[in-house]
Amino acid sequence: MGNTPEQRLWQRRLVLTLLLAPALLWLFALIVLPHVDLALLSFRERSAPRHYQPSLTQYRTFFTEPLYWHIFVRTALLSALATALTLLIAFPIAWVITKVAQGRTSAFLFIVCLIPFWVSETVRALGWLILLRESGVLPALLVKLGITAVPVELLYHDATILTGLVYTSLLFMVVPLVSSLESLDNSLIEAAYDLGANGWAILRDIVIPHAAPGITAGCIVVFMLTLGNYLTPNLLGGKNSQWFTELIYTQFIVRFNWEQGAAFGFLLLALSTAMVALGLRLSGQRFVDVMRRS
Amino acid sequence: MIASLPRSVWLRTATGAYVAAFLIFLFLPLAVVAVFAFNDAPYPAPPWRGFTLDWFTGNAASGRVGLFHDAALLGSIWTSVVVASWVTALSVAVGTANAFLMERYRFLGKEALSVLMLAPLVIPGVILGISILSLSSRIADLLLALFDVDVDFLRPGLPLVVLGQFSYIATISTLMISARLQRFDRTLEEAALNLGASQAAVLRTITFPYLRPALIGSAAISFLMSFENFNTTLMLVGADPPLTVMMYGRMREGATPVLNAVSLFLMLASALFALTLMRGRSRGGEPPRPAP
Repeated sequence: MGNTPEQRLWQRRLVLTLLLAPALLWLFALIVLPHVDLALLSFRERSAPRHYQPSLTQYRTFFTEPLYWHIFVRTALLSALATALTLLIAFPIAWVITKVAQGRTSAFLFIVCLIPFWVSETVRALGWLILLRESGVLPALLVKLGITAVPVELLYHDATILTGLVYTSLLFMVVPLVSSLESLDNSLIEAAYDLGANGWAILRDIVIPHAAPGITAGCIVVFMLTLGNYLTPNLLGGKNSQWFTELIYTQFIVRFNWEQGAAFGFLLLALSTAMVALGLRLSGQRFVDVMRRS
Repeated sequence: MIASLPRSVWLRTATGAYVAAFLIFLFLPLAVVAVFAFNDAPYPAPPWRGFTLDWFTGNAASGRVGLFHDAALLGSIWTSVVVASWVTALSVAVGTANAFLMERYRFLGKEALSVLMLAPLVIPGVILGISILSLSSRIADLLLALFDVDVDFLRPGLPLVVLGQFSYIATISTLMISARLQRFDRTLEEAALNLGASQAAVLRTITFPYLRPALIGSAAISFLMSFENFNTTLMLVGADPPLTVMMYGRMREGATPVLNAVSLFLMLASALFALTLMRGRSRGGEPPRPAP
């Protein structure tokens, strides 16, 4: 072991190098270089077999082909809507867990909320398929209750896709909301109440400002995961889902048009990054803190 | 309103109803999956035709291939286990190295590296998949052109699936292990060193035992996230699909209740997993977090 200060410094440098190696290998070989390659791929076109030249054709196709950017905008809007719905549904539950339920009930409720998310998304999608398809449980129930005369197809609507996406995302909203509401001092709410504030004023002036970091973190994560989801829109939306990740899959795996697929991939990445940046700016938070929190 | 303030009967009832509705929404899909694993019908759909174990024990002779005789399905479970084991080993090893690197050392570009380490969490899984696919194919093509060798593991297949999943799961294990190392009281190490212990002995007898809950927790989470990953895997998969991709393929074709049977097993395994981890947490580990 290092005896002189010089030896010790040298030893420390050696260990630092050994620790840096796996991190750099991981980040450069699997994250940075693949994305550089993807970028290069998206900025070229095939001029002849096995011959490529730099071009903006792939991006031009995206903007000139209405189908492509329609699906892009649709995916973004539905993801935003799913995020908003997730927030609306998750907030009361997070509130009940942190402020209404006490002790064991609160802990129990929190754990119960987490359990479904330990199960694979594939299994959850299977559950929704069995519930919603024309021969499924809910259409049969609707007939039995006399609400519809014949079984209706509940799959393949936008509402179906939204339901599935909200369901899949709930956890990523509930957890940051609970942790930000937990730190809210109850006496602030009591004081406001004693001073005559109504529920709405308390929510607007005390609760939401305090929970803002949690709300932002939850929204960022949910929007991002929804935007990049493939399984849920594909299975619950069928041919009508028109989700942008499906376009990427089609170009890459089905049509083998990697240049176009790479361009689509970058557009999705750009949108996702832009929304993360926007969310951080609006709430004045640092990326590192938000990611650690969520 | 909070518990210490007066709440009207109306508000109490509404709260209770909301929580009940929320729980039904959460558990209904899982409940139907479990129930229809036992329905005596060729498809997982109502009406209820009686109880059967065919979808577990049936074989080709009985006309219904149950889970225990469905070689393709069992094979894909094994594939998932192998992939998840590799991903877990890699993620925990690299995560531990990263934790020591970020908590114990100062170096040029550390701030940038810490942001880069978090980047995989905000890159959609599909894009992680296609970017790794495109780079590895380019390298494979290059090797083929230069040396006339076709390197198999750079083509879509399980090695790429492992790398693709590892690329973002490593971030999660890094965060979990770092969080625990950060709270470590370094005077314990100094005391041991003063008492004459070697660096290696300090690591073995003090630092690693302290990190153990985080190591176990991150291994469990890595395994689970790998097992359940779909987006990245779909882009990199070759001839032998892991379970999630296999299930997806069958669901598109119109699945038999054998999928319900395998799902039921997954649910039981996940529940067991969650319970073990939560018990671990109450003994001072990191809080468990399910997978995206």
